[in-house]
Amino acid sequence: MKPHRRKKLTIIAFIATGLGVAIGLSLYALSNAIDLFFTPSQIAAGEVNNGQRIRIGGMVKEGSVAKSQDSLHVEFITTDYSHDLLVRYDGILPDLFREGQGVVAEGMVANGVFEASRVLAKHDENYMSVEVKAALDAAERDRNLTEMATEGGPSGS
Amino acid sequence: MPRLKLFIPVIVFLALAVMLWRGLYLDPRTLPSVLIDKPLPEFSLRTVELGDRVLGKADLPDEPFLLNIWGSYCLPCLQENPILMAAARDDLVPIVGVNYKDKLNLAQLWLEDNGSPFEFSILDESGRLGIDLGVYGAPETFVVDGNGVIRYKHIGVIDYETWEDEIMPAIAAVKAESRQ
Amino acid sequence: MVPELGQFSLILAFCLAAVLGTIPLIGASTGNRLWIGLARPLATGFFVFLTLCLLVLGYSFVTDDFSVMFVAQHSNSLLPLQYKITAVWGGHEGSFLFWTWMLSGWMLAVCIFSKAMPDDFVARVLSIMGLIGAGYTMFMIATSNPFDRVLPMSPADGADLNSALQDFGFIIHPPSLYMGYVGFSVVFAFAIAALISGRLDSAWARWSRPWANAAWAILTIGIALGSWWAYYELGWGGWWAWDPVENPPMINWLIGTALIHSLAVTEKRGVFKSWTVLLSIMAFAASLLGTFITRSGLLTSVHAFASDPTRGIYILGFLGFVIGGSLLLFAFRAPLMKSEFGFAAVSREVFLLINNIILVVASAAILLGTLYPMVYQAVSGGELISVGPPYFNIVFVPLMSILVIFLGLGSVSRWKKTSLAYLKKQLLVVAIAALVLGLVLPLALTLEFSFGATFATALGLWVVLGILQDIRLKSANKPSLLAGMKSLAVSYYGMQIAHFGFAVILLGSGLTSIYSIEKSVLLSPGQSVELGQYEFLFEGTEHLSGPNFEAERATFQVLRDGAFVRELHPEKRIYTASRTPSTEMAIDAGFTRDLFITLGEERDSGAWSMSLYIKPFVRWVWLGAILMAMGAIVAVTDKRYRRLKTKTLEREAASDKTMQPVSS
Repeated sequence: MKPHRRKKLTIIAFIATGLGVAIGLSLYALSNAIDLFFTPSQIAAGEVNNGQRIRIGGMVKEGSVAKSQDSLHVEFITTDYSHDLLVRYDGILPDLFREGQGVVAEGMVANGVFEASRVLAKHDENYMSVEVKAALDAAERDRNLTEMATEGGPSGS
Repeated sequence: MPRLKLFIPVIVFLALAVMLWRGLYLDPRTLPSVLIDKPLPEFSLRTVELGDRVLGKADLPDEPFLLNIWGSYCLPCLQENPILMAAARDDLVPIVGVNYKDKLNLAQLWLEDNGSPFEFSILDESGRLGIDLGVYGAPETFVVDGNGVIRYKHIGVIDYETWEDEIMPAIAAVKAESRQ
Repeated sequence: MVPELGQFSLILAFCLAAVLGTIPLIGASTGNRLWIGLARPLATGFFVFLTLCLLVLGYSFVTDDFSVMFVAQHSNSLLPLQYKITAVWGGHEGSFLFWTWMLSGWMLAVCIFSKAMPDDFVARVLSIMGLIGAGYTMFMIATSNPFDRVLPMSPADGADLNSALQDFGFIIHPPSLYMGYVGFSVVFAFAIAALISGRLDSAWARWSRPWANAAWAILTIGIALGSWWAYYELGWGGWWAWDPVENPPMINWLIGTALIHSLAVTEKRGVFKSWTVLLSIMAFAASLLGTFITRSGLLTSVHAFASDPTRGIYILGFLGFVIGGSLLLFAFRAPLMKSEFGFAAVSREVFLLINNIILVVASAAILLGTLYPMVYQAVSGGELISVGPPYFNIVFVPLMSILVIFLGLGSVSRWKKTSLAYLKKQLLVVAIAALVLGLVLPLALTLEFSFGATFATALGLWVVLGILQDIRLKSANKPSLLAGMKSLAVSYYGMQIAHFGFAVILLGSGLTSIYSIEKSVLLSPGQSVELGQYEFLFEGTEHLSGPNFEAERATFQVLRDGAFVRELHPEKRIYTASRTPSTEMAIDAGFTRDLFITLGEERDSGAWSMSLYIKPFVRWVWLGAILMAMGAIVAVTDKRYRRLKTKTLEREAASDKTMQPVSS
């Protein structure tokens, strides 16, 4: 029985080490490779550190897109209708990028401006991205709460 | 009990299934709008169709109606237009448009090209009315009762299913209530 | 009236499946010959009526019957004919019908190719597949009937098919993916039938193997087509994005890969039986999970298929019933792991076990990354995160690298026991050659050292040279190399072709990730830009009117070291019906590199923004996938499966314990 047991132990030790390495690797990767999502209001409130890699979402403000004539530089404003955020991007905007529609961008905040490394186009134009939607909902809730506070209570019923 | 380890897969699977089941209800799209059951905001705006005439809240239908936010730039609006057209054709419910952050001439062209299901379309070039309504973008559709109170809100395009499963029941409920 | 005919056949198909899912199963347990005999006709009937459903739906699309809700939502009178036909699987309801039809097709295949198996076993297999079919048809009838009408308010014209889906890639990508997915239901049914009947023997493994290989090959092609489609349609030069909709097929593929290897061990050595059964269940679970994830809109709200929770709950309930039930059955019926191993710590079995563990761990890691945003949202109270490609790359690349090392060791080593000295003797030279060539080749071609390129090349060559060494060894005792090669089994070549394909993917994906270059610029007509060894001269654009779009078509001269290579014409299109803008990239495809250009937009100055890419070896990714699928198919054609089948006609005597010694 002894050699069998040793064999079995070797194999189990092998599997355990392998699993341990894989789990460690996954957790390490997860702690480093996730992008948190923020809204223009959260950024205005200073919730984000300069240089932290994040995603933002909001609507592209009407009439805010400015394109350079001699380079790929583009600037536009995203808004959740409570706060605005200026986005700078060097690159080609996706086909479905449009003023007045939702947008999601990856990048980092530097001095109150969002430097985008990627502006995302979603495959489908019919639905707003969950992220944009959540940003706007959050802003709307906040806005309504402030309104209620200033008006001294909910109006109508 | 060496057999117990054979149950590990079932347990792992059950944990996963419970998680997925919870996940189904996490969908942020189903967050209710806080404007529901509140009166429509006041406004005083021109329309796409009626020239310089300025309309206000009092000019809206005094029966239940749909308020549809649209724009000529908005692809999904084009997609839901046939449904709204059919509803208008069959006199199911009056539909009032809000032409949201658009240009007048583009809006008029769009209606000419695609047909208008609207009684009229309020011209909201600045987007001010849209902000008061808590609009995220076109298209959005509100069900408003005869007293001008918002009763239901649908975000995004209306397809046949949402029409059948959401909008129609909401209209029916409001109508049934007003008959009492 | 025609759509009602489809409705009627759908209900009939459900009834047949419900009977098929019960009667033959009971018959097989009680030994009722008549009830067992019902399995084949019922399965055939199920196939016939689902085919009729599919034809009716296709007919409704072709004749623009917009009173059918599904047609009104996914087609338009202006849509070209081929897209009207492919729109059948372009939406939720239709794709479920298609899925179920595929299932019935596999059932028919089981009917046809199972003449040699005992009738009660076939009856059980078909019955289990019938249960799955009944679940799916019931789901369609209850929540997503493709034949629902919009009456009386039927629209005059339909909404359009999503423009991203109006594409050749979409015509063939989902069918092959579904077919692969559903194919694993056959292997699943074999495993469950074996569990119920208690005959988990090598005959069961031998019967399962061709089906597992076929499903795996088709799934491989499906995934490769998806990657190819994303590459040329989405226009950002990527061939794999770790997107939540791409991950489930990948998870399924990894488990499928583990399964075909584990089946090999079970067939040839009679070990790992429980593990193989578990993998068969997991592979099918993964395919159902993939369906669930895409169909429920759980992770991908923006996906065109996103739908309401009731459907998700039904699929989840079905998943719980089928997979939970199977796993419980497994827990009660699976044979206990033998304390005796019957093989040494260094043997082919152990290497294949390690291979299995790595593959399952990799799929678990991908599943974790795919579901993590959802879990995080639940735990943190609504905060949103996304898990991007970096996570998947950090986890996946090291795991696959280890897998490749063991692949080389495993395919040279022998069953039962291999001495380390033997491995060292055979593979040391291979390892050294791979390392040296890995170092030298990229250096010689680019004059630059890159650790990544050396690593990828060395790993790829480790597999390729290992294969050559193995063929040389296996034919060593034959008079000539050629005679030796002739004596090797067809399935052996299948395996080596697939392994070679894997090496090709490895080289392609590694080198293209390292050596790809891209540049985004703003160019006016007449200007040119250099990228790598190429010069792209932008000559200007012209207006073009297509059948259903308007386009600006650009002309580029591509030069290499001053010599003309070819002209490229990327386009920017606006589809007239939906007014969707779309970028048509221009690709110069090559064996060693792809050049491609995508147009951005025109600025007021007349200059255009554009992105230029050089992607070396990117084709190898898909070439490798094709080779892998070919390898699996070649292995299926091995005549020993057929020979053994005819032999099993007079079996019963040939007891479960006997194992056919097979060359290779």
